[in-house]
Amino acid sequence: MDSGTAPVPIRIGSRHCAVALTDMRITFSGQDRDGFTAVDRVDLSVADGEFVAIVGPTGCGKSTLLNATAGLIAPSAGSVAIFGEPLVGLNRRAGYLFQAEALFPWKTALENVAIGPEVAGATAEEARGRARDWLARVGLTAFAARYPHQLSGGQRKRVGLAQVLIRDPKILLMDEPFGPLDAQTRQIMGNLLLDLWNADRKAVLFVTHDLEEAIALADRVVIMGAGPAARIIGAWRVDLPRPRDISEVRLDPAFHALHREIWSALRDEVIKGYRQTEGAA
Amino acid sequence: MKRARLLFFQILVAVVLIALWHVGSTVKVPAGFLSQKAFFFLDPFFFSTPFAVFERTWRDFATGVIWFHLGITLLETLLAFVIGAAGGVLIGFWFARQHVVAAVFDPYVKMANALPRVVLAPIFALWLGLGIWSKVALGVTLVFFIVFFNVYQGVKEVSPTVLANARMLGMSERQLMRHVYWPSALSWMFSSLHTAVGFALVGAVVGEYLGSAAGLGYRIHQAEGVFDVTGVFSGMLVLAIFVIIIDTCVTAIENRLMVWRPTSASSQT
Repeated sequence: MDSGTAPVPIRIGSRHCAVALTDMRITFSGQDRDGFTAVDRVDLSVADGEFVAIVGPTGCGKSTLLNATAGLIAPSAGSVAIFGEPLVGLNRRAGYLFQAEALFPWKTALENVAIGPEVAGATAEEARGRARDWLARVGLTAFAARYPHQLSGGQRKRVGLAQVLIRDPKILLMDEPFGPLDAQTRQIMGNLLLDLWNADRKAVLFVTHDLEEAIALADRVVIMGAGPAARIIGAWRVDLPRPRDISEVRLDPAFHALHREIWSALRDEVIKGYRQTEGAA
Repeated sequence: MKRARLLFFQILVAVVLIALWHVGSTVKVPAGFLSQKAFFFLDPFFFSTPFAVFERTWRDFATGVIWFHLGITLLETLLAFVIGAAGGVLIGFWFARQHVVAAVFDPYVKMANALPRVVLAPIFALWLGLGIWSKVALGVTLVFFIVFFNVYQGVKEVSPTVLANARMLGMSERQLMRHVYWPSALSWMFSSLHTAVGFALVGAVVGEYLGSAAGLGYRIHQAEGVFDVTGVFSGMLVLAIFVIIIDTCVTAIENRLMVWRPTSASSQT
């Protein structure tokens, strides 16, 4: 096949490619004979320093993609390459912000953030010092001694963000991190994320089901179809200027144009996918 | 105010019950009223009287005879708890991490747990003599299973997300043990602590009751042997006070170590 016709050029081995998923399929073995195929024929690359948002309906295998990139599950077919090297075992260069509660409930906010450096071999004092610094960056200095259950949902996400970023991962994986938060808190968290990301541009793979959030945050929006055996059905570049403010960028006419364009394509695909599953049933 | 009211009603229950007991066991119903002979509702021979029981208890403490027996029972309880809990934690951890081992031993664990422990008491007395160790052994068989099942559950039911997060943060197997499995198992162990301590005491007292030369169970057994109802009730009173003190200590330890655990009282901000 002529490489020039590929819709998204994938350059395996390139130094600029932080993540490269090539023709990846993930099948979970279950009671069925063939198992359950979550995602199929996924080609996706994230350049170093690029912010990519994946949008798709619930249950389309977005989280599965992230888990494969994190090395928590191995692909059934195809490959995962991290900075040009095939991924074996856990992805040590990635930080993962989970959708569900992932903080250690028996540790205070400070201890939760300090655990990364501590595990990596820093002295307790040094780890605490750095953790204090990171808690300040996410605006939680006053809450260092609180346990997770004493924090609000938004505050817990801030602790989670600090816990991941303190390890300075080259790739940041985020699985609907602000999903359970209310609209205002989501915007505040989105701006906080963009501020932190602007200071030190990491490759980000951000999963969400909210198209507006995806456009507001990302450099590129990738749309996935409905599962099972979900595929990537399109990708759009977001050329809105940075630095952005989440609440202001939504008023930009370019934002609306892009939103309309993506949504019309997404709607067609969703309806098509829906008809297919209806026909199969 | 609410707490004061609660305490008031709690004390009221005790006062009413003791008053009924007192009236029933000291006021004689005159002859010809309900029966031919004069009688007590609660015959003091069978029920003793509250004042006799309090007086006996007071005397036991004042003369100091009871301290020795309390000390023996306390020692047995503590030993049974410590040994049983340590064994439960270790085996629970081991089984939870080694699925094959757990599967192989599963029917035997269930069998051993279903066995009424009282039938073991004479065996332990035979093996370990009439000293404290046969009582400790009985307590251990009770405590072990409670702690074991809780730790096993605790290690197995660590949230998969928390576990994945820990691994993504770079934890090795040993660090997972220390930062994830151990605190999780500990929280489950503490949730069973009140029950475990209670059972340690039951093991000690039942063991003493069935054959010993010292301890609260021995005192109660001796009193029963000579139809000394006052002595029996006095023994039970001391036992009850003892249990409440131990339980208060356990609650204090729990509050100290489990600060991170959400309680219904704490509100989310």
